Amino acid sequence: MEALFFWVFAIGMLLAGASVILNRNPVASALSLVVTMCFMAALFALLNAFFLAAIQILVYAGAVMVLFLFIIMLLDVKAEAKTRMRWISLVLGLVLAIFFSYELSLVLRDGVPMGAVPLAKLPPPPSDIATIGRLLFTKYLLPFEVVGVLLLVATIGVVLLSKRDNKPEAK
Amino acid sequence: MLMNLSSALAGACVLGQTAAADGGYVLNVAGYSLWPALTITLLILVKVAVVIGVMLFFVSYSVVAERRCSAAIQDRMGPNRTGLPLSGVKVLGLFTVPKWKLLGLGQPLPDSLKLILKEEFTPASVNKFYFTLAPALAMMPSLIVVCVVPYACLVPIHIAFSSPFEFVLNIPNPGVIANIDVGILFAFAISSLGVYGIVLAGWSSNSKYPFLGGIRSSAQMISYEVSMGLSVIPIFLVIGKLNLSDLVQYQATHGWLIFPFPWTSEFTWSQLLLWPCLLLSFVIFLVSAFAETNRLPFDLPESETELVGGYHTEYSSMKFALFFLGEYAALIVASCLMVTLFLGGWSWLTPASWTPWYYNPPAGWLGLAITGLQAITFLIKMAMFIFVFIWVRWTLPRFRYDQLMQIGWKFFLPVALLNILLTAVLLAVIR
Repeated sequence: MEALFFWVFAIGMLLAGASVILNRNPVASALSLVVTMCFMAALFALLNAFFLAAIQILVYAGAVMVLFLFIIMLLDVKAEAKTRMRWISLVLGLVLAIFFSYELSLVLRDGVPMGAVPLAKLPPPPSDIATIGRLLFTKYLLPFEVVGVLLLVATIGVVLLSKRDNKPEAK
Repeated sequence: MLMNLSSALAGACVLGQTAAADGGYVLNVAGYSLWPALTITLLILVKVAVVIGVMLFFVSYSVVAERRCSAAIQDRMGPNRTGLPLSGVKVLGLFTVPKWKLLGLGQPLPDSLKLILKEEFTPASVNKFYFTLAPALAMMPSLIVVCVVPYACLVPIHIAFSSPFEFVLNIPNPGVIANIDVGILFAFAISSLGVYGIVLAGWSSNSKYPFLGGIRSSAQMISYEVSMGLSVIPIFLVIGKLNLSDLVQYQATHGWLIFPFPWTSEFTWSQLLLWPCLLLSFVIFLVSAFAETNRLPFDLPESETELVGGYHTEYSSMKFALFFLGEYAALIVASCLMVTLFLGGWSWLTPASWTPWYYNPPAGWLGLAITGLQAITFLIKMAMFIFVFIWVRWTLPRFRYDQLMQIGWKFFLPVALLNILLTAVLLAVIR
């Protein structure tokens, strides 16, 4: 049963991912990306990583992509849909794809080969929220705090940039 | 509609499947045990059908409640005539079916028939694919979210009898479809997808008023999602778990979160220190729920006085009905979440030692009946919240859009953050 679900989700995710880059309409691309995120969350759920699945949908599909869509809809979609694919972006994309495939092959070569340990014999996964929380506040404390400061800087920057226009009005 | 139901079913099934990995579903009929995977799927399908059936029943009757309550508030009669179908009709000239009016409780049937039979008009300028997809997306999230809401306790039901044939049925987690550890996060995640239906409807209609409605809605829902998400963090700081069933269990032994009554078994007086924080959480959650479900006083995305009908201006017939019903479904989901989070879910206001059978149901048919009683308790509490939503809608005027954004970002967000800090400090002092 799990294998069936895996194939359904994996194929769905790949199709949606392909539709992100093949669609010329930006709205369609953005929505395909949402579908891709949802399938990825489903794959996480199949691995019993429910926390990651929920966060994947909550943050990416539910908030980030809504903002993307929000901006795209304010643009002229028709003009965007008419632009042709350019050679330079195709070549650069291919180079990136080859690079990432190479990285992926390195990971797969060094990792545990598939099927070496039967899935049923693995220990039941601990509560993934507790595990992630503990790791964040012990092993990865510094990166975690640095990211927090980075976000704060970004927030202050946005406020500063959007406030700038108000000064002449005050005079 | 069908598409909605089937996708909600599929979603719930997947979750149920993965969440029921611990097994335990057994069905033996006349000495034959069914293939376990099939049993799991069948039982989950039955649960899903029951939950979605009850939910759709409440959706249609909250529409009636809305109309009757608004009438009472405005000193009108409201729809109080419609009885059961065929009542007062002479059958074959032989006898007349008695005419029962039943307080207008037959109203949902003609309402839905009207919506189905209306002409379905699609303007020529719309983007057809997204125009059709949007109503489905608006309804779906609410139907999926109910699968993590615990309607009853998790004590397994075991039904067995040997005559006239041998029958054994084990149902673990009878009170919830998918008992996952991240229940509340899942609920937030899926309901955050609801905005796509509205935004797409506004955009694909290719018309100014719907577009403004869609834009307003996306900004509003994202803003209030933040304060809603932050408002529940104090609860989980106190409890230490994200699972909704554990949360209800905690409230059964420690007192409800907005009303920590001291006659529960594990009550401690230091708990009362946290009470103000949790009350504040409740207020923020309640107000955010109004904004998230697009209800007055925050119904800017469809404010009739400015935007005709808002994002669903161009829709008619069943497509409009899906938006309309989706709104009530979202209302019901918000009520379910509030009951679970703050009002003790299915637990009673009495000490657990008075009614031990209620908190730990015995095996067999009696256990099934008690589980049903718990579900009814839950539904009564939920109906109360639906009434509050209706009551507020017909009492308060609409906010202005800038006021809405100011309350969200400049008041609720900092207050929710301070609330988290205060709760954490208090917890550190108490423990």
